Amino acid sequence: MQMTGAEIFVKALADLGVDVVFGFPGGAVLNIYDALFRNTRVRHVLCRHEQGAVHMADGYARASGRTGVCLVTSGPGATNTVTGLATAYMDSIPLVVFSGQVPTLLIGNDAFQEADIVGISRPCTKHNYLVKDVRDLARIIKEAFYIASTGRPGPVLVDMPKDVLVSPAEYNLPREVKLRGYHPNYEGHPRQVESAMRMILSKERPVLYAGGGVILSNASAELAELARLLAIPVTTTLMGMGVFPGSDPLSLGMLGMHGTYWANMAISHADVIVAVGARFDDRVTGKVDEFAPHAKIVHIDIDPTSIQKNVPVDIPIVGDLKDVLRKMIRHVKGKKEAAAYREKTGAWRGRIAAWAKTHPLTYKPAKGKIKPQYVVEQIYKVAKGKAIVATEVGQNQMWAAQFYTYDMPRTFLSSGGLGTMGYGLPAAIGAQVAMPGRLVVDIAGDGSIQMNIQELATAVQFKIPVKVVILNNGYLGMVRQWQELFFEGKYSHTRLPQIPDFVRLAEAYGAKGFRATKTEEVHDVLKEGFAADGPVLIDVVVDPAEMVYPMVPAGAPLTKMLLV
Amino acid sequence: MRHTISVLVENEFGVLSRVAGLFSGRGFNIESLCVAETTDAGVSRMTIVTSGNDQIVEQILKQLNKLVPVLKVIDLTGADTVVRELVLVKVNADNEGKQEVLRLVDIFRAKIVDVAPRCYTIEMTGGEGKVQAFLQMLRPLGIKDVVRTGKIAISRGA
Repeated sequence: MQMTGAEIFVKALADLGVDVVFGFPGGAVLNIYDALFRNTRVRHVLCRHEQGAVHMADGYARASGRTGVCLVTSGPGATNTVTGLATAYMDSIPLVVFSGQVPTLLIGNDAFQEADIVGISRPCTKHNYLVKDVRDLARIIKEAFYIASTGRPGPVLVDMPKDVLVSPAEYNLPREVKLRGYHPNYEGHPRQVESAMRMILSKERPVLYAGGGVILSNASAELAELARLLAIPVTTTLMGMGVFPGSDPLSLGMLGMHGTYWANMAISHADVIVAVGARFDDRVTGKVDEFAPHAKIVHIDIDPTSIQKNVPVDIPIVGDLKDVLRKMIRHVKGKKEAAAYREKTGAWRGRIAAWAKTHPLTYKPAKGKIKPQYVVEQIYKVAKGKAIVATEVGQNQMWAAQFYTYDMPRTFLSSGGLGTMGYGLPAAIGAQVAMPGRLVVDIAGDGSIQMNIQELATAVQFKIPVKVVILNNGYLGMVRQWQELFFEGKYSHTRLPQIPDFVRLAEAYGAKGFRATKTEEVHDVLKEGFAADGPVLIDVVVDPAEMVYPMVPAGAPLTKMLLV
Repeated sequence: MRHTISVLVENEFGVLSRVAGLFSGRGFNIESLCVAETTDAGVSRMTIVTSGNDQIVEQILKQLNKLVPVLKVIDLTGADTVVRELVLVKVNADNEGKQEVLRLVDIFRAKIVDVAPRCYTIEMTGGEGKVQAFLQMLRPLGIKDVVRTGKIAISRGA
């Protein structure tokens, strides 16, 4: 039976198990919207800005592990997705963005709402396509999902000219994908695994350094098993929050620029570091020449380009983390060596515990002012540690990472690589769509929230009950912090004197608004806000002078931390 | 160090810009780049000459491999290979110079492909050393223009 490209598109999505699309209509995709209107299998969430749509698909993917899907029109619709694509690309998030395009004959003519989105998005997608023939459409859709979700995941864009969407063709969704230039390597080399284990067992001061790859590989259980088997302390990156229970005695919390004192000290004094799905980002290593000066490095990653990119690696292992960790576990499970190793490394764990005692994560309460860290602690309490937390970018993000304990993967959603302000609210909405029964909280700042606040309308329209907590300090706080520390306190353009009344703004959108201005109120206001139906915005007026500590100044080694 | 990399790619729309964009986006440099179809019309070969330390070249090879339409990446550096470049040169051929140009063309086994009053156009192929030497010898006679293809390379043996 012949179908139009638009009908093929909708049917292919449904057949691939896509339950929801985040999108925004326009001229070039009208035919798809017409086909969507008549279908019952794929739900559409109408965002208010295409950047919001991509972050929603991203939040959906991070919370659920499924591939997020977006649909936008040509030209500005497509260009508005670029920040979302770059965000997902940096954090390796599987999503597929479908954009409309002007008819094939008009491409290159500067037609109305034309943009070369395939060219524009090339450096911020894992791969992208321009569909030139309706007969290729189903195959390309299948390939797009395959590429997005396999190997090191990432965003894929599919650009569909209008004439392709109206042309007829047979529906032919291939069962398998054949791509002769794409073969991710999943199996870690047994000999490399063996060398790694021999290396680890010969050392005395091991640290596991785990990143977002562990979430992508669904390898948290394996990571925890290996860590406990050998009693190796685990530090995680921002992207790795929750891959190892933060409340476990072996957890060191986050490392890097705003990492814990003891995690940074442990990394700097370790004699072997096992990097698992992490990429030695500059925010993690500090001054790279002085990073982990005493350590041999084992690096496990599915993407060979991550290995040897920033630091020299002694034992590289390319493969799926789950597979490699299982092989590592098999190597020592039930063996005397494991028990002996736990004993041998006891002194090392004692040393780390001592560091943790001298400089714990803390802050100084101030009379009459709400400390933002206190607010995050109260969010943890009220949510009983069971929320999915999305963050914006800046101080709010760091406090959310430091003062909330993440015990489960896929419960901390944050733009780690690109650092995209405005990510949190739409990501929270996407996560809530994927996980309707969960409490989803966006920990926001007054600056970041304004970058995509229009998505409150989306939340209200679709009854998506996200809870936004704004740590309102009247500043672009993280930039202000740098100005205070490194620019003699000249707060150039970081004060936000004109902040909307967030409570009334929430109400204007049809959401509920709450406010806390005193420390004593915080707990109850959060409790009331979280219990309220529908989307809620809670404005918490916090101490504007508060800083994020510890802090490793950019370019300094990890041991040179500024402390509270 | 300089590396000659042979890259087999799907012969499809946009693949050149993917490769070029990879180099520019990551700050790798391209000294020369040649692209043409192989015996399989669906596959093109790019010969890229680039330079960088070992770590950079390792990244270049890995990043190229990561591109979906890239089928195979071979670093020909240090391997037993034949490397050639085609050069077209316009050179002064006035009375005194004419004989010298003809002599050099003969010595370097080049070919005169176009003749104009006081100007010869010469076609020459060779490896890097030969091309350099030829151009160096012609320079005092007055080179008006040079067009080079960039290098292509193939491994020796079957």
